[in-house]
Amino acid sequence: MTLAIAKLVPLLGAVEIHNRTGPNAPCQAQNKAFCLGWAVDNFDRYTTPFLNQLLLVLLCVALGFAIAFGLALISHRRRWLVSTFTGATGVLYTIPSLAFIFLLLPITGLGWTTAILILTVYTLQILFRNILAGLGNVPPESKDAGRGMGMTDRQLLWRVELPLALPEIIAGLRIATVSTVAISTLMVFANVDTLGGPLYQQITFKTNIVIAGGLSILMAVAFDALLLGAQRLLAPWRRPSREAIV
Amino acid sequence: MSHTFIHLGVLGTFGDAFNFIFYQQEARTGQTMVGGPDQVLDLTEKHLRITFLALATATAIALPLGVILGHIRRGETFAIALGNAGRAVPELALIAFVAAYIGVGLGNVTIAFTILGIPPILTNAYVGVSQVDRNAVEAARGMGMSEFEVIRRVELPLAVPTIMAGVRTAAVNIIATVALASLAGLSTLGDFILGRNVYGDAGVVAGAIVIAVLTLILEFSLAGLQWALTPRGLKLARAGAAA
Repeated sequence: MTLAIAKLVPLLGAVEIHNRTGPNAPCQAQNKAFCLGWAVDNFDRYTTPFLNQLLLVLLCVALGFAIAFGLALISHRRRWLVSTFTGATGVLYTIPSLAFIFLLLPITGLGWTTAILILTVYTLQILFRNILAGLGNVPPESKDAGRGMGMTDRQLLWRVELPLALPEIIAGLRIATVSTVAISTLMVFANVDTLGGPLYQQITFKTNIVIAGGLSILMAVAFDALLLGAQRLLAPWRRPSREAIV
Repeated sequence: MSHTFIHLGVLGTFGDAFNFIFYQQEARTGQTMVGGPDQVLDLTEKHLRITFLALATATAIALPLGVILGHIRRGETFAIALGNAGRAVPELALIAFVAAYIGVGLGNVTIAFTILGIPPILTNAYVGVSQVDRNAVEAARGMGMSEFEVIRRVELPLAVPTIMAGVRTAAVNIIATVALASLAGLSTLGDFILGRNVYGDAGVVAGAIVIAVLTLILEFSLAGLQWALTPRGLKLARAGAAA
């Protein structure tokens, strides 16, 4: 047991600090709080992981939104399906990402497929609930007015219900996107080189931790700001609602 | 030893994983025996100990703070922003950060998991308490309750569903992320998952199964606790709303 761990720890904690010579070497060797010189010289190594993570997030949130939107439309007029979908997406959401990756190891192996599958599944719960909540909050008077104008069910949905549900839908998108950005770093364990890649390779090197972690947080904040802006633009009649993490 | 294994060949790696959980076997690196109920239970215990330590600490810090802020209805921006910020922080970076800047070892790494658990609990406690019907609070004050009694007998019970949703989010996040503590030198069930060269695919998948099952058990237990803590009137109101 202890033997196994003793073998494990040096493997996991393996530090490989590049450029052992040169002007940045002393700062690296002492692993100071932040080596600006190293950061400037090595910033390009974060480009590919950053773009990979960006692509992964966009792909999974878009895919998750399409699925959740479909589920919400199906169950919007068939209320008994709501608890089924909520329960199913809830259980999937509960499975820890790291465990999820390796549960899929015998089925889909490691790689982009596994990463996309997991991250997409994680967005479903939040998006589904928020889309439904948005549709549920549409005032009955608005729907009556639409019907009074002779709208069909489909017209009512696209011209009245969905526009009025936008604040909740975008609130859900914000939560889902920000969470997906954070979790996608863990997809390094599914062999996808997100920002978790450089983070994991030099996991004890402080400068690296700050850059990789910082870039990921920056990406999340940028997405959040973008979606908040979209909400103000598309639904200016309502202030973004405060949202409990449920 | 292989003759004692249950024949789970049809299940492929999943069968191997179940064998790994129930029977000790030689490590991929040779020389040492790994897997089996002893090691699985040992690592499960260590995993749960860190989880509960961090969850209890996070609750002890975040719950009173969130409830008090919710009671006085101040600091909304702070409470909501903290919840949003908490979601944006990558777990791997948080653990690496704490290990590198503060240090490794049980105490330090537990700090990382506590930090992870605070935002959802605080935000939900704030939202839950501040959203309690003002009329109920005023009625309680009118009955002569002190501020503390208002919190304990009116606001807390009515906020149970929201508060517990936060605790459940925190608990699931923590138990899942404790697996990464293996990177900071602690032994947890993450050892199996992150030690493919020692434990093989069977060990990796076994670790994933055990962690997933533990997480679901924790989630359902907390859901049960939430049900037990929710006032009957609230349950009836919810059932009525659903019908």
